[in-house]
Amino acid sequence: MSKFKKKTGTSENIPTSALPDIIFMLLFFFMVTTVLREQEILVEQKIPQATQLQKLEKKSLISYLYIGKPKNVAVYGTEPRIQANDVLINTSDIILWVNQEKDQLSEVERDQITISMKADRDVKMGPISDVQFELREADARKLLYAAVGKVQN
Amino acid sequence: MARKKGRMAQEVNAGSMADIAFLLLIFFLVTTTIASDKGVLNFLPPKQDPNQPPPEILLNERNIFNILVNANDQLLVEGDYMDNTNTLAEEVKAFLLNFGAPDEEAVALYNSLPASLREKANRDPSSSDHPMSGGAVVSIKTNRGTSYEMYLEVLDQVKRAYFEIYAERVGLTADQYRALTGRNPAEKELQDRGKEGIPMAISIAEPDKIGGN
Repeated sequence: MSKFKKKTGTSENIPTSALPDIIFMLLFFFMVTTVLREQEILVEQKIPQATQLQKLEKKSLISYLYIGKPKNVAVYGTEPRIQANDVLINTSDIILWVNQEKDQLSEVERDQITISMKADRDVKMGPISDVQFELREADARKLLYAAVGKVQN
Repeated sequence: MARKKGRMAQEVNAGSMADIAFLLLIFFLVTTTIASDKGVLNFLPPKQDPNQPPPEILLNERNIFNILVNANDQLLVEGDYMDNTNTLAEEVKAFLLNFGAPDEEAVALYNSLPASLREKANRDPSSSDHPMSGGAVVSIKTNRGTSYEMYLEVLDQVKRAYFEIYAERVGLTADQYRALTGRNPAEKELQDRGKEGIPMAISIAEPDKIGGN
């Protein structure tokens, strides 16, 4: 009889002192595993430096074009290629791509589309000018040469 | 004795957990770079109508500042060889503010400039007439084999010349001027006052076929 009585006397609340730690652990797990960029860059990206950088205000108007030597040389060769969204495209596909990007914008903003060209510094002007020509054809004339800041001396 | 051991609360010392957490937090704060959309802005010319030849714009040679970059990334600036871009911005500024043969409007513009810019006017008859539209144009021509890095460097320096002129007109530094967003009327006013009468006339010529693919 006394045996049973003793059992009911035990405290039943769960210790919660470790709860913050568990939350922290979860937080760090997600911090480490989350990748902010949802698309994989298939071309080399060594962004050139410049001093006269300007910041763009409306991020929703920006579409990105990546130009550079493919990372997977065995499949795509060594010539510079253009990446739009998550695939490599040819120069002739740019007009189509611009129009797709424009369709995602509202009608009033369609003319304000900005192309951010993230080109590798080793790319020659040949491919770049071809892209610029196509962008002119597609009437996406606001072009941003993505660059990182250079320390001025 | 053995019984006592089993009853003991097995608690891990977690007092330093917060410190570890803070260390990690600071580590990630420092190492993470958030991709920012910064770069050199350029406006492409409108597309050409294949049925219509491009409009012939007659400009005197003295009104064009020629920058040629060849496939070896060497520069030819106004006929002179240059191997780096260190002095390019100053030369462009001197060219833009030359006021060789200003008309009435350009004289008014000249008089509106601050003294520091006015003294840059060399009045050289073989350089640009005035920086207003129809006046000075900076032309950049590359080869297909020119590296993108060099092209951007040249464009960067030309833009720097313009921004320094704009900034000086409104009494800011070039960095402050470029940071203006134009979102509120005061900033917009500054921005417009800076570039009023001096449009950014940078002509980027179609690269020729040498040295590329």
